[in-house]
Amino acid sequence: MSLLELRNVEARYGPVKALHGVSLTVGDGELVAVLGANGAGKTTTLRAISGTVRRTGDLVFGGEAIPGRTEATAKAGIAHVPEGRGTFSDLTVWENLRLGAYTRRGGIKDDARRVFGFFPRLEERRHQQAGTLSGGEQQMLALGRAMMARPKLLLLDEPSLGLAPIVVNEIFAALERMKVQDGISVLVVEQNANLVLAHAARAYVLEVGTVVVEGTSDELRANESVRKSYLGY
Amino acid sequence: MPIAAFTWTEFAQQLAAGIREGAIYAGLALAIVIIYRSTRVINFAQGEMATFTTFIAWSLMNQGLTFWEAFPIVLAIAFTGGVVIERTLIRPVENAPVLTIVIITVGLALLLNGLMSLIWGGANQQFHGPFSTRTIDVGGVPISVQDIGIVAVSVLLVALLALFFRFTKLGLGMRAAAVNRDSSRLVGVRVSWMFALGWGIATVLGAVAGMMIAPVVFLDPNMMQTILLYAFAAAVLGGLDSPVGAVVGGILLGVTITLLGRYVGFIGSTLKLPAALLLILVLLLVRPGGLFGKVAVRRV
Repeated sequence: MSLLELRNVEARYGPVKALHGVSLTVGDGELVAVLGANGAGKTTTLRAISGTVRRTGDLVFGGEAIPGRTEATAKAGIAHVPEGRGTFSDLTVWENLRLGAYTRRGGIKDDARRVFGFFPRLEERRHQQAGTLSGGEQQMLALGRAMMARPKLLLLDEPSLGLAPIVVNEIFAALERMKVQDGISVLVVEQNANLVLAHAARAYVLEVGTVVVEGTSDELRANESVRKSYLGY
Repeated sequence: MPIAAFTWTEFAQQLAAGIREGAIYAGLALAIVIIYRSTRVINFAQGEMATFTTFIAWSLMNQGLTFWEAFPIVLAIAFTGGVVIERTLIRPVENAPVLTIVIITVGLALLLNGLMSLIWGGANQQFHGPFSTRTIDVGGVPISVQDIGIVAVSVLLVALLALFFRFTKLGLGMRAAAVNRDSSRLVGVRVSWMFALGWGIATVLGAVAGMMIAPVVFLDPNMMQTILLYAFAAAVLGGLDSPVGAVVGGILLGVTITLLGRYVGFIGSTLKLPAALLLILVLLLVRPGGLFGKVAVRRV
């Protein structure tokens, strides 16, 4: 059984419908990618899962309906790193990490040590205001904050956006480790299709709010229209 | 008005009185800032809420309780009252434009003012504070115990709050909710409740300010109105966004006003408020964010 299952999910911003019935699944410990052009509904799909946009349809997580209130989805084990990384820029690096573990007790110091093991630069800067970090460091902080929640499912929105290739590799390497070591499932939205297909087991392609293609990463790479539109060769 | 000769002893006394005034402004300014930071709403009912809780203290003391017996009861009532007001009046319009909420706080101020007159009458009441008005010798300067007590209570309260915000999980959650609502929800902070807590804490701050100043002035439904103006000024001076700024702004304002009123002949006690506001205007022209206003630190 899959950890996450969406069936016919619709979402709207005021009068504008952004998702017209999206269905997808994410298995245990699986890394799944969502591809698509700007405005295809990738971000909205993540927001529908974490309840930060009004949505209808069936959303099942770990065998139960996903709660409607965003605060409750966090407690249920869904960590959403939003567009723009959601850094608390006025707070320190340490306070950002502490907030990641807001819904649970115990083991916080140990978890922080693990995060610092993944991203040693965060430890050096633990007392610094998060807003003063570089883009790459903020992305590391966002991942670290998500790790602190010990989530079952990680929702990642454009982790590579605006980052240098070497930093992007570092981020995805960390993601692979989290997946393998902690068995975390990941649903990642990404513009850089070549990059994400190298890491994902499966992927969905969204166009105007619906899934138009789905399959394993190999299948998508072999798909002619996907190749032309998203992979550029 | 002729001014008596300058003596250092009197200057020190004026300074002490200024700090005491300032401590009251600081407490109320801090209350304003705590609510403003999280919701961008200026709570115009802050003064009336403070006076209302002070009247509750007065009633309890008339029932035979001592000040320090009544004190914790009043703080508990103030906290609960603040939370209830947020839940019932502010929560339903949480996503309305700021102006709507501000108007609601103005309405609340009028309502509380009317209620106070109805319940306790409009007359001035004597409020017996916990501190004696006799003076003690501090390094050769006679300073009243009351002034020292008021400042001590204010300092203690601000220190406790600082510890709460800095070292507790709940305090961190409140700060997070104030700076980034969306991310706070995503990590599981119940943002709306954090705002309610903010109202509770702000009401407690107001209650303490009210109970401290009531023995110095008289207790009546309008007791806090001028003080609230000074507190607004103090909050703006400090930078509206900054709790530290509110406290520093309050003390600075109290001292400045007191010294101006005493030593600048034409100002006296009648022109203190306009003089203070003029000073703030000049400061804001130079530093538009206030003394501690946020200068965004961000690398791009």
